[in-house]
Amino acid sequence: MIDWINTLIQGLLTGGLYALFAVGLSLAFGVMRLVNIAHGDLIILAAYLALVAVEATGMPALAALLVVVPAMALFGYGLQRGLLVHTVGKGLLSPLLVTFGLSIILQNLMLEIFSADSRGVQAGLLETLSLEVVDGITVGVLPLLILASAVVVVGGLQLLFSHTGLGRSFKATSDDPETASLMGIDPKRVYALAMGLAMAIVAIAGVYTAIRTSFDPLNGPSRLLFAFEAVIIGGLGSLWGTLAGGLILGLSQAIGFRLDPGWGILASHLTFLAVLVVRPNGLFPRTRDR
Amino acid sequence: MRKTSLLSMPPGVTRRTMLKTGAGLAALGAASAFPAPFVRAAKTFKIGFVSPKTGPLAVFAESDDFTMAQVMKAIGSGITVDGAQIPVEIVYRDSQSSSNRAAEAASELILDEGVDLVVAASTPATTNPVADQCEVNGVPCITNDTPWQPHFFGRGGDPATGFEWTYHFFWGLEDIIGSFTSLWSNLETNKVVGSLWPNDSDGNAWGDPKIGFPPVLAEQGYTLVDLGRFQSPADDFTSYLIDFKAKGVEIVTGVAPPPDFANFWAQAGQQGFKPKIATVAKASEFPAAIEAIGDRAEGLSVEVWWSPVHPFSSSLTGQSSAELAAAYTAATGRVWSMPLAFKHSLFEVALDAMKRSAGPGEPEALRDAIAATNLASIVGPVNFQTGPVPNISKTPLVTGQWQRPAAGKPLELVIVDNAMAKDIPVQAELKPLP
Repeated sequence: MIDWINTLIQGLLTGGLYALFAVGLSLAFGVMRLVNIAHGDLIILAAYLALVAVEATGMPALAALLVVVPAMALFGYGLQRGLLVHTVGKGLLSPLLVTFGLSIILQNLMLEIFSADSRGVQAGLLETLSLEVVDGITVGVLPLLILASAVVVVGGLQLLFSHTGLGRSFKATSDDPETASLMGIDPKRVYALAMGLAMAIVAIAGVYTAIRTSFDPLNGPSRLLFAFEAVIIGGLGSLWGTLAGGLILGLSQAIGFRLDPGWGILASHLTFLAVLVVRPNGLFPRTRDR
Repeated sequence: MRKTSLLSMPPGVTRRTMLKTGAGLAALGAASAFPAPFVRAAKTFKIGFVSPKTGPLAVFAESDDFTMAQVMKAIGSGITVDGAQIPVEIVYRDSQSSSNRAAEAASELILDEGVDLVVAASTPATTNPVADQCEVNGVPCITNDTPWQPHFFGRGGDPATGFEWTYHFFWGLEDIIGSFTSLWSNLETNKVVGSLWPNDSDGNAWGDPKIGFPPVLAEQGYTLVDLGRFQSPADDFTSYLIDFKAKGVEIVTGVAPPPDFANFWAQAGQQGFKPKIATVAKASEFPAAIEAIGDRAEGLSVEVWWSPVHPFSSSLTGQSSAELAAAYTAATGRVWSMPLAFKHSLFEVALDAMKRSAGPGEPEALRDAIAATNLASIVGPVNFQTGPVPNISKTPLVTGQWQRPAAGKPLELVIVDNAMAKDIPVQAELKPLP
């Protein structure tokens, strides 16, 4: 029994990681209807930035957030303004193809620059530090921190959306860019800011990925898959839904893994399919297809 | 709605004219680059080299550029065959870590480039399709860096007849099983082994109830805790840890991709699982992957197919193992890895056979020369007459441990057991994990 409780708790913690992977994707989709195929590769790019920052300056691993988050935010802003802006309003396929190309370019650039070696950021004690909840259940501090970050990020975004002018302009542009621009909102600028924000969240996911395990330039696509499933399970446009989607994925994976290690990832994919069958719009959909 | 196809052609251009134009352009290109291709082909040895330069296996190909540059430098203006100086050319093709692409690359090398010989390395995904193409087309082929069973039996090899054109040198499953169990006998343990075998070709072979670890472990009195094959990449190993702890596992083994093992090892730390020995292949083979794990990699053990302390030297450059590793680091700024020597040895065996052949354009003579190989290479003796089955030569396998020579120094791989290859000296004793 205690083993099952332990399994579920660890599954929830893994789910926190998936949620963090997914929030940036959810934001980009919610505001811009942009399905970013390069999302996973951007997470890995952020992980490499963290590695470079830590190796160059010797700063503690978590402090890399201070460098990587602004850097990725700027990158996101520039990416939207310089490249993705050309795909806005051209249907779903055009951004899909552009980000697909971006994904391949990023993977090969990282392979060229950082080589195919597995790399990792050393975080010393943080990597194995844990709390014993009860006898038989110990919870790693790092996974806990990741889950907490996911909750804080989603909560913060929710506040931003409901209480600030920027958030309202995100929502307005998402609902109806033409009318929003009549009210003096510049959709291109709003899109770029949203992408910057999404990439700032990707940066957090990337730094944690770098600390948590080792990674190589080709790990992105598998990250994208989980992020994508979490967004769909949660319902498009709903940030709390994305968090829930991530946790559900983590839980179902842990349960499957416990039954047979070969079923772990299969179980999360099956859950994803089941949600699609029962509720095609996800559990908590906020946006409707226009 | 009008139906359009992405593949439709502009009116007036038929498939045939497209092909003609294409062929014409290709011929034009060839003519300008090589004024007299037939003369040249007769005078140059062309070696085709297929390797996973990009994709998930790219870590095996990191040393390719260095190896080719070093080989070309050693060859200089050519090799001497029957008193004549014959230039050598290497044509490199990326397999993109895909077996389909590897087969295509090999067939391009054979049919378009007209190579005299194909060499390839790095897992069955590369060596098997390449060797198959060579066998079909009657072109000599030399491969390594795939355990010999998946290479030989994986291609439907018959131990009675073997293959006609394809030769392979590496260790086999019996070596890895023998090495690991001998390594573990160095320490007092409860002989309970937990396995991390993924659901891939390696994991399934190692965990196979007939040819893998399970029967040998049972025979030698080990208790195996095997939960089944996990799907990689896995983000949560709690299930393994629960069972490993409950059943008192003191030895962890497996063949896991580096990110999976790094994950497992971090979670083991978090959840208080402390085995005495962890011997996980693949994950701990590359110095860079060990560096990525950091301080907690100290004490991990692994099979060693080559290292800078191996008492062999190159027949091509005369370098010792240590010198080859040092040259690589000096040229690239990177630390040595096991594939470095194996890639080098491919060309040692290839050039040695070429020197004993009848020159370019004589595949039968070259094949016979390869079959008669008896060469002391950087990875040990290569002789295809002495293998367990035809066309195979076995290279030695030992086990090592990542130990810290002194506080503050980086981890070093030292040989701790040599039960399966006595000619490679043991450097230190196996220590329990801290």
